[in-house]
Amino acid sequence: MFDSWMDKYEYLIDLGKNIPKINNENKTDDNIIKGCQSKVWLHATEDSGKVIFFADSDAIITKGIISLLIRTFSGQKPKDIIESDLDFIDEIGLRQHLSPNRANGLNNMIKKIKFYAIGFNKKING
Amino acid sequence: MKNIDSIRKDFPILDAKINGHNLIYLDNAATSQTPNCVIDSISDYYKNLNSNIHRGVHFLSQKATEKYENAREKFKEHLNASSTKEIIFTSGTTHSINLVANGFTNSLKSGDEIIVSQLEHHSNIVPWQMLCEKTGAVMKVIPMNNLGELNINAYEALLTNKTKVVFVNHVSNALGTVNPIEQIIEKAHQYGAKVLIDGAQAVPHFHVDVKKLDVDFYVCSAHKLCGPTGVGILYGKQEILEELPPYQGGGEMIDEVTFEKTTYADLPNKFEPGTPNIAGVIASGVALDYINNIGLDNIKKYEDELLVYATEKLKEIEGVKIYGESKNKTSVISFNIGKIHPYDIGSVIDNLGVAVRTGHHCAQPIMDYFKIPGTIRVSFCFYNNFEEIDILMHSLKKAVQMLS
Repeated sequence: MFDSWMDKYEYLIDLGKNIPKINNENKTDDNIIKGCQSKVWLHATEDSGKVIFFADSDAIITKGIISLLIRTFSGQKPKDIIESDLDFIDEIGLRQHLSPNRANGLNNMIKKIKFYAIGFNKKING
Repeated sequence: MKNIDSIRKDFPILDAKINGHNLIYLDNAATSQTPNCVIDSISDYYKNLNSNIHRGVHFLSQKATEKYENAREKFKEHLNASSTKEIIFTSGTTHSINLVANGFTNSLKSGDEIIVSQLEHHSNIVPWQMLCEKTGAVMKVIPMNNLGELNINAYEALLTNKTKVVFVNHVSNALGTVNPIEQIIEKAHQYGAKVLIDGAQAVPHFHVDVKKLDVDFYVCSAHKLCGPTGVGILYGKQEILEELPPYQGGGEMIDEVTFEKTTYADLPNKFEPGTPNIAGVIASGVALDYINNIGLDNIKKYEDELLVYATEKLKEIEGVKIYGESKNKTSVISFNIGKIHPYDIGSVIDNLGVAVRTGHHCAQPIMDYFKIPGTIRVSFCFYNNFEEIDILMHSLKKAVQMLS
């Protein structure tokens, strides 16, 4: 898919530049994802039974990673997000280019995404 | 000084390839690399010497004890302590600080004051905060200036008759500033306060003489001195260590034990309960010999040259802001480039084989002072060379190009 790590990073940087951006008022401490060396904010809303994610980060590569994740999950039903398998992350070789610290941050991003989905699922299905 | 190329051959890891590039290791303030003689010492210990020390009558135990105590003698000589009773082996600088801070639990009372500096590593803040919570003592902070230097006038104003302990690092891990600890110690003693100096970032770079400093406690780690991880050194004045209560109980630190009462062993064993890191301590002694063989004066001179060269080259890159510009600093440069997050730059140059530290360097109060999330920190050791600095600059330029 990519020739080199540099292509991969450049792709992530581009994704970061076009991130569905979180509003400044939603950049609260509650919306910060813990375990990242840089700051990452994630917020979600529900629209017609589907979850829409917004995010931002003060580091551009991190912004690219969270952008990639929310592009994948935005517009999906909460139930599908909860049940999704995340093999694609390993398939595109994202994890291998992350240090263990960073991979930990990635896991926390996914956790927070699923956490939102669980919340909306309860709201929709009672 | 010994030729750098031949020194580099002593460190097998310097031949490593990272992502297809030669490793450029510039994170020496986090941990230094290990020469063959130290690696061989550890391997030799487990092949030929492994046994428990201080209690066996058999040959191996006696031999291991002799080597372990010989390492203590080497650190005693190196730091110019008065006696080997003043050298305690711990698991690291953090452990050493916890041991001392905990020892003040019963002697501090509510309203007593202790003094820290804004330049500290978290490991020289948190154990003392825990002490404050236990005793009701109050922590005061010596402020710093824009150059990353401590304000000594402000320090003097903080000292009162209530001041019981002052704890400051000799060299800042985040900025490289060398603090005027001679003055800090002298002033504290005028008020009867004890002083602990965290020398983790000092001992790898220049000579430290605890007697001349008249310091009460001096702590450092072997792994920043080309030794293995898991070995710390605590120097304490004998009369103070004798008064200080033991930190942990166990075997080897006792004199007599009954269920009614235990009497403790003499120094240094009182503070070394259980089986210590025998192989690590012996190898730390070997590391110390290795460094002394090159010579700390030679090391300082050469590292200063690396620092000057790298600082000049770095300033040629547009947007570089260096944090910590004291005239008196070790071979550490903390910086940012424009508005780019340090983590982004660290990630890109890692892929080019360049190892640096990014983030707050376990010194968040310093980052708060400069109002930044963190910095990129490059830190040199005597095995680094000018060519590596050129590669660093090339990698940084490439990162900036990608991230701007």
